[in-house]
Amino acid sequence: MKISSVIAMAAVLLALVGVALFGPNTAINFLVTALIVALAAQGWNLLGGYCGQFSFGHAAFFGTGAYVTAILQSRYGVNAWIGCGCGILAGAAIGTLIGWLSFRAGLRGSYFALITLAFAEVLRIAANAAPITGGGTGLLLKLDMRAANFQFASRGTFCLIVLACVLAVLALTTWIARTKRGAEFAAVRENEDAARALGIDVLVTKLRAMALSGAITAAAGCLYTQYFLYLDSNIAYGSWISVESLLAVIVGGIATPAGPIIGALALHALGEATRLLAGRITGIDLVLFGLILVAATAFAPKGLAGLWNAAQSRRSPRA
Amino acid sequence: MTLLHVEGITKQFGGLRAVDNASLSVPPGTITGLIGPNGAGKTTLFGVISGFIPPTAGRIVYNGADITAHPPHRRARSGIARTFQIVQPFAGLSVVENIAVGAYLRHAKRADATRVASDIAHRVGLGAMLHQPASALTVAGRKRLELARALATAPRLLLLDEVLAGLNPSEIRDIIPIIQAIRAEGVTILMIEHVMQAVMNLCEHVYVLSQGRMIAEGTPQAICTDEQVIEAYLGHGAAGQMQAHA
Amino acid sequence: MYTPAIVAEAMVNGLLTGAVYALVALGLTLVYGVLHIINFAHGALLTCAMFAVWAASELLGINVYLAIPPLALIFLALGYALQRFVIGPASRGDDANTLLVTLGLSIAIENALLAAFKSDTRTLSGDAAFDVVELGPMLLSRPRLIGFAVALVVALLLWALLRRTDSGKAIRAVAREKMGASLMGIDVRHIYALTFGIGCACLAVAAGLLLPTFYVTPRVGQAFVLVAFTIVVLGGMGSVAGALLGGLLIGVVESLGGLLLGESLGQAGIFVIFILVLLLRPTGLFGARA
Ligand SMILES: Nc1ncnc2c1ncn2[C@@H]1O[C@H](COP(=O)(O)OP(=O)(O)O)[C@@H](O)[C@H]1O
Ligand SMILES: [Mg+2]
Repeated sequence: MKISSVIAMAAVLLALVGVALFGPNTAINFLVTALIVALAAQGWNLLGGYCGQFSFGHAAFFGTGAYVTAILQSRYGVNAWIGCGCGILAGAAIGTLIGWLSFRAGLRGSYFALITLAFAEVLRIAANAAPITGGGTGLLLKLDMRAANFQFASRGTFCLIVLACVLAVLALTTWIARTKRGAEFAAVRENEDAARALGIDVLVTKLRAMALSGAITAAAGCLYTQYFLYLDSNIAYGSWISVESLLAVIVGGIATPAGPIIGALALHALGEATRLLAGRITGIDLVLFGLILVAATAFAPKGLAGLWNAAQSRRSPRA
Repeated sequence: MTLLHVEGITKQFGGLRAVDNASLSVPPGTITGLIGPNGAGKTTLFGVISGFIPPTAGRIVYNGADITAHPPHRRARSGIARTFQIVQPFAGLSVVENIAVGAYLRHAKRADATRVASDIAHRVGLGAMLHQPASALTVAGRKRLELARALATAPRLLLLDEVLAGLNPSEIRDIIPIIQAIRAEGVTILMIEHVMQAVMNLCEHVYVLSQGRMIAEGTPQAICTDEQVIEAYLGHGAAGQMQAHA
Repeated sequence: MYTPAIVAEAMVNGLLTGAVYALVALGLTLVYGVLHIINFAHGALLTCAMFAVWAASELLGINVYLAIPPLALIFLALGYALQRFVIGPASRGDDANTLLVTLGLSIAIENALLAAFKSDTRTLSGDAAFDVVELGPMLLSRPRLIGFAVALVVALLLWALLRRTDSGKAIRAVAREKMGASLMGIDVRHIYALTFGIGCACLAVAAGLLLPTFYVTPRVGQAFVLVAFTIVVLGGMGSVAGALLGGLLIGVVESLGGLLLGESLGQAGIFVIFILVLLLRPTGLFGARA
């Protein structure tokens, strides 16, 4: 990696920690939300970016993580940390299940995107109807701010924990990309037949990506529950998180380790800026997001990370 | 003793019988040729041997075991590697990354896989292009990449589907010794080839497929004089040409 | 209990709605059949058309049915421009890009409508929705009967257009063999845009037929588009006749499902059917292999 990139990343990290420690509550709220989306997007990136399977329904994982955490605590009195662990496992499980069903049926490309969307919607409708999720009224977790409960009196502390999760997944992604598993993901993304001919079990490889992706995005859902202590079916399984996790990756830089983080932060900053400028018109930020998605696909297929790299190599032309 | 037995393979595509009760066997350590006019069913037969195409009837026996039901990746793991006639590069990856995917089959560590990949790249003449994207390669380069990736899986049986097609004579001259060297290391080769010069030079034994049926087999020299083959496939002019070669 | 009359009425109502669903699906399947892309913006464009119908009727005072022809033309032009100048260039023929571009458009359109109209539910004023026709023992809504008839006529027109006109023949040529068509001097980009435009025109007609008995919100298209996707997958991607049959079938299933299971589960039923069809029969119930 270039020295300038390392410096840039260190500066961003320092700024984020600074906000978490000393920032006002509004800034911390902003950062926590953006980082939770970044985490969900990191999950999307593993499946969509590295393994080439575009999902339009990552809400299925986010919501499952969120609901499992919330229900275990509120209905069964399970400890919050254990609840989160279960939520992550449930995300991996639902990812494997959806993947097994879809990939075994040979679904790819647009068909896979469609079916993930449908699974997320079925879950949303089910969660809206089922008594255990609190139905339409949603689920409220008891406020009990103790570390043992995964609740903190200081928002900054929680923010640092989310940041740590994001950095851990960043390290994990970077590492996987350099291993045999990462090569298998890339091979499956680029050409399934060639991958098969080289001894790669395509189904198993995709299921690994699904499980990992599901777990990571579910972790984002768990953190959401612990921070906001409230859930309903439109938050948990709503299309917003499916769209934002995909969008963050495309804008930040697909199949790059830092892409989802850059994308999530950039989009949320932009969203705030439009709300400041345009006032509280519902949906105006999403109009912009939609147009950015079109523009990014058209003009910056490698996202902000790609633009940054291009700018770097222009400034220091290699011999 | 044979490494590969193809026993009465038939493949029906709708109304078309692409392969019709074809059998062949490949002894270990040899280069066996599979020739035949375009559309004869050679690539389809390769698909069946490597597990990509389920046969309508027949068995594939490899190393003494019936592998007809095994999926392609399992056959690759047991030592069957193939190249694709229509090249299938990982377009978004570099040359060395492409080959490393194959090398990972036998080497779990990145450093090992990369080292093996770069060795093989040098062997097939891609050493200067290690870090270029595969999409930037010429036709000849892509054919070499196919070969390199297959080799990287350390196969016992290598299936080559027209790796010389589309190359100019000097490129063909470059690759023939590479294939000979692969055999010298003990890799058994079954190759589909149209370039007769290469078939004559490389193969010990040749099978001829025509309209899905195996119509002849024998040494390259014997095949060239086989009436049926000349009728079905070569035409008189070409036969004369080949006999001049032999 | 469910008397035969109630069930029969639900089935007929399902058929009536199904014809309009089929029209929505027709646009989607046509675009898929020719451009080989899944247009995720289809639902948002339908919403857009429904708001246009609503505005024409409520703000300009034009009769809904009279508003349909000019709106169909406007949407034809809009769809043409969208494909020609936005979707085509931005996705550069790459599947994943198309997916992202049409998703981006759908987000932008839907939220622009949300910003303009808020999330209120709007219906046409007047009591057209309660205008019923007695048919034997059944009471059927007149606007739905009209919708059924018009949808079938439009489907037939579309079919004739594809069979008989030069443009239609060019469209079918491109659908079958893009390279060959372009070698024969057909401007593929023009045909793509035209096809997309026709798909959008179908939406405008469907919107005009739906609105008298339905409502519009900025998110209403989402519900329809999943129904439409289900129909398209059921009928076989790219098959016009399949879309029509699939539409009628789904209309009946939804109507009976709603009767037996209640509204919201009836909706989940559509998704479940969708998932099952994709998993078990991804080439569609009627369609041949792609
Ligand atoms: N997937 C397929 N579906 C239908 N027909 C096929 C398929 N693959 C090959 N064929 C047909 O089978 C015949 C044999 O093709 P192939 O095996 O490629 O011949 P060769 O490699 O000897 O030139 C050809 O007529 C070809 O059109
Ligand atoms: Mg061939």
